[in-house]
Amino acid sequence: MSQGEVAATRAEVEDLFYLEADLLDNWRLDDWMKLLADDASYYVPPNDKPDGDHRFTLFTIADDIVRLRERIIRLKDPNCHAEYPPSHTRRLITNVRVGASEGDLIPVFANFVIYRYRRAEPPRVFVGHYRHKLKRVGGSLRFFERRAILDAEELGALGSVSFLL
Amino acid sequence: MLDQTRSNFHGMVREDHSAMTFSVKREVFVSPEVFEGELRALFDSCWIYVGHASELRNPGDFKTRNVAGRPIIFVRGRDGEVRALINSCRHRGAIVCREREGNARQFYCMYHGWTYQPDGSVKSVPGEDAYAKPIDKKEMGLMPVPRLEHYRDFYFLNFDRDAVDLKTYLAGATKYIDLVTEQSPSGKMEIISGTQEYDIKANWKLLVENSVDDYHLIATHATWVNYMRNSGVNMTQPKDSGLLLPTKGAGKDLGNGHLTTDNPNYRGRPVARWISLYGEDAKADIDAIRKELVTRLGEKRAARVADTNRNLVVFPNLVINDGSSVTVRNFYPVSATEMRVTAWALGPVEETEAQRARRLHAFLTFYGPGGFATPDDVTALESAQAGYAAWRDVEWNDLSRGMAKNDEQTNTDEGHLRTFWRRWRDLMEKQT
Ligand code: FES
Ligand SMILES: [Fe+2]
Repeated sequence: MSQGEVAATRAEVEDLFYLEADLLDNWRLDDWMKLLADDASYYVPPNDKPDGDHRFTLFTIADDIVRLRERIIRLKDPNCHAEYPPSHTRRLITNVRVGASEGDLIPVFANFVIYRYRRAEPPRVFVGHYRHKLKRVGGSLRFFERRAILDAEELGALGSVSFLL
Repeated sequence: MLDQTRSNFHGMVREDHSAMTFSVKREVFVSPEVFEGELRALFDSCWIYVGHASELRNPGDFKTRNVAGRPIIFVRGRDGEVRALINSCRHRGAIVCREREGNARQFYCMYHGWTYQPDGSVKSVPGEDAYAKPIDKKEMGLMPVPRLEHYRDFYFLNFDRDAVDLKTYLAGATKYIDLVTEQSPSGKMEIISGTQEYDIKANWKLLVENSVDDYHLIATHATWVNYMRNSGVNMTQPKDSGLLLPTKGAGKDLGNGHLTTDNPNYRGRPVARWISLYGEDAKADIDAIRKELVTRLGEKRAARVADTNRNLVVFPNLVINDGSSVTVRNFYPVSATEMRVTAWALGPVEETEAQRARRLHAFLTFYGPGGFATPDDVTALESAQAGYAAWRDVEWNDLSRGMAKNDEQTNTDEGHLRTFWRRWRDLMEKQT
């Protein structure tokens, strides 16, 4: 596949999004990790600088693969108090688009709505869009860079981002 | 007979020197009357943090924020001077500047179109001839706050015209702010772009306690401790110290209600203490930062700056955590049971791209709404707040750790927390 061509179909990308949403909503985090490339990263920019660069901007989350693996260890630990018992989440992923390839990276875009419920807390709704970069590993699409950008002006009543967006 | 001279807020903090106990009434975390009292006794008479000079680089630069419950424009005028103006139109009150931040040639009120200069003075009033006299441009400008002063670029306002000056107010806290700013070769620190703003459904005073409470580290932050261990940081407990972490830390009273922890560092510092987590390639760079520090400050002072972690509370609601990164954290009560937190990262202006990236990476491991620690603090605070629903039945919180000691309080004692509460009690009991 050469520069600028579409290296994945929308249906293929949608399948990946839907599989991911299912794994995350069911807290199958080890299985979710298998969707990541070896050098994957995960970003949630700050609400006031959604286009910021994590090297000079304070993000909400900026994980390299090492910290992302540790994040999963934390999320599975009952001592992860913010997510124990785990939140009930339900993700709706829409408006999926596939961008023109950049080398072996495939930019993909989608909108998301994530409903999050915890006992004795008000429901919280995380709305935003994804700007991911995928790459093919042994023929399958894998996340190389996951970027979840929230629409809220500030986190405010959303509180912590203690689960995976 | 009811003692009419007594404040309604009397007896909320109980100190018993024979039993060596210190208790705080849980009512102070739920009562709307206490909340209203605090607005007057604390937020209308203490020096309250507004922002940092580095946030306003150029003439006309502004930030709008809520400070002590008021809408404020923090702005640098064309004369270079930093001001805090009340963001409410002198005509009939509309919020004049509705943007979060920017650079303004003028502020334009969208209601009837009055305009103001960045220094606050009136620029123009549509149909000015309808007034008996022309509008006094200075007198009718955006109202400046009664007092605005800074210490080493940290700007504070005071709504009490008669308050003591900021430096006197800060008392021993100045020495700890110095330890932060001395990390920069030029003494200039800057707020890094990107703001973390989140609400906690808990009384604001719980975050004061939590920010300096090292007793909670092992239980609340077990997953973070685990992460540090997995990353090769030595987290084993020394047998002799009786402490929960490998620190011989102290909790200190800095006067006027300010307090700090003061702990030997074991988890790395961007200025300047290398740990394996930073990676081998960072070693030489951290060594170079250390060398600059030693040349500038001498061996002893450099060690003071680089080898200690300090979580500082400037009474009542500013926290500067100088640890694995520096965070400036400000929080306001929205009601008795809810607060709004704003947090920034602070770094030396001279930092290279790699150094800045390292600082921010270290910040996010522990701090912030997506960090490995802060979300669990939020959960702990909200959980305590939920427990206070039974404040009539279980009336008191206990803060007696270390009460029997005559010598220095350690960081896992509660001596420094008591500093806050004594000041709180003194100011509240003066209220009627
Ligand atoms: S309220 Fe601002 S111009 Fe009237
Ligand atoms: Fe904590």
